[in-house]
Amino acid sequence: MSGGPLLSLSGIAKRFASGTQAIARVDLDVAEGTFLSLVGPSGCGKSTALRIIAGLLKPDAGTVSFPSGRPEMGFVFQEPTLMPWATVLGNARLPLDLKGVPKSESNDRAARALTRVGLGGFETAYPRELSGGMKMRVSIARAIAAEPKLLLMDEPFAALDELTRQALNDDLLKLKDEDALTVIFVTHSVYESTYLSSRVVVMTPRPGRVAADIALSPPPARDETYRLTPQFMRDAGTVSAALKGAMAS
Amino acid sequence: MTRALPYLVPALAGVLALAAWQWSVRAFGVSPIVLAAPSDIAAAYAANYETLAAALWFTLKITLMAFALATAAGVALAVVFSQSRTIEYALYPYAVVLQVTPVVAIAPLLLIWIGYDNVNEVLVVLAWIIAFFTVLSNTITGLRSTDHNLIDLMKLYGASRWQVLWRLQLPGALPYILTGMKISGGLALIGAVTAEFVAGSGNDLGLGWVITLAGRSNDTAEEFAALSLLSILGILILFAMTALEWALLHRWHESALKREG
Repeated sequence: MSGGPLLSLSGIAKRFASGTQAIARVDLDVAEGTFLSLVGPSGCGKSTALRIIAGLLKPDAGTVSFPSGRPEMGFVFQEPTLMPWATVLGNARLPLDLKGVPKSESNDRAARALTRVGLGGFETAYPRELSGGMKMRVSIARAIAAEPKLLLMDEPFAALDELTRQALNDDLLKLKDEDALTVIFVTHSVYESTYLSSRVVVMTPRPGRVAADIALSPPPARDETYRLTPQFMRDAGTVSAALKGAMAS
Repeated sequence: MTRALPYLVPALAGVLALAAWQWSVRAFGVSPIVLAAPSDIAAAYAANYETLAAALWFTLKITLMAFALATAAGVALAVVFSQSRTIEYALYPYAVVLQVTPVVAIAPLLLIWIGYDNVNEVLVVLAWIIAFFTVLSNTITGLRSTDHNLIDLMKLYGASRWQVLWRLQLPGALPYILTGMKISGGLALIGAVTAEFVAGSGNDLGLGWVITLAGRSNDTAEEFAALSLLSILGILILFAMTALEWALLHRWHESALKREG
């Protein structure tokens, strides 16, 4: 799965107009095929780092580079961030519309993406008719509709109930495998990051720096029973301890 | 039955009030100059049918023209403001000045500038000034209320300013624009009548001028007849705007949703 680095952050720093130093000197290489979680307390600059990677924010210092070219990216926010006036299909089609893909093709591709996240048959529904979990699925379908190589996710499941969250975690892992995605996943949940990731990067409170960089090797095929295994407990303990350490520093 | 209740109850109340009105005018011998009985107003309708119909048509025309101009100018200017802060800073204060200046005070100037021969145009401009600001300010608010994450998402996919405006900001602002139009429609009517009070009607006769003339000749019944036509016109405009709002928003916007369960 892993090749050369897909993306490389070096010396990234960002200070907001308010004077708050959000992140200070972050260096990070991310290999292709990695599921990387960025974990840290609220306000440690995780989201800022994600936006810098996406090119939505310019860093004050440092560079973001993509050694093998800027990959196609998808972005999933904490809120579903859907257009309420557009149907489910219209929302999933947005990236393709913006890229000028002909409508016949974009309809097919968006419908396929919706089927893959379990929303086949909901194409003509409007977002208000869907539950929170289903809205998030539309958001994920929109992100994968343009067939990205890099998927950036900013606490996407934080507002969902535990069962929905678990289901979406598993679906996300499946999508990642099928499409050979590289995922950068921001969360403040130790358990979610341990369950999902092959690599967990723990950040310090503001200004954010990398406090710990932990490689994990969860079994490729896993379900919620994995959460009860000694390996999961041990890994979660490691991440948890690193997070405590980062908070104290 | 419960469905018809919101219409039946006010209708019944109206009929009762009319009956009480009719009875008290006769019973207390109120002078017809002070208060015309409903039957006198009905008679005034019949006697002045052609004048009233022509005046109604004229006032409707002025109102609709002013309303259309107010909507077009309000939305267009708001879009320009959303694209350029500099232009917004430069012009918005003057739009406010236009709004807070009592329109009656501008009428004599407009008559001089546009000409006593073009009273209809003066009426449209006056009514437009009254109706325009609410569309502008509502549209500005609507365009600013766009979800910032959606804007970011569009940027990530390389959207141009026009794509963001057309696909995101304008549809998102639609509920605000329609609210502005709903108020503006009523204001355009008020503007059309007020304008006639201060600028006259030229060669045509609008409802505002009918009321002025009837007042001068102490024909209170005709005044009431013209007044009730204005109410009906106002209600029709409001109904039309509510229907338009429902047609455009009921699939997706909270304001137009029926509560379920």
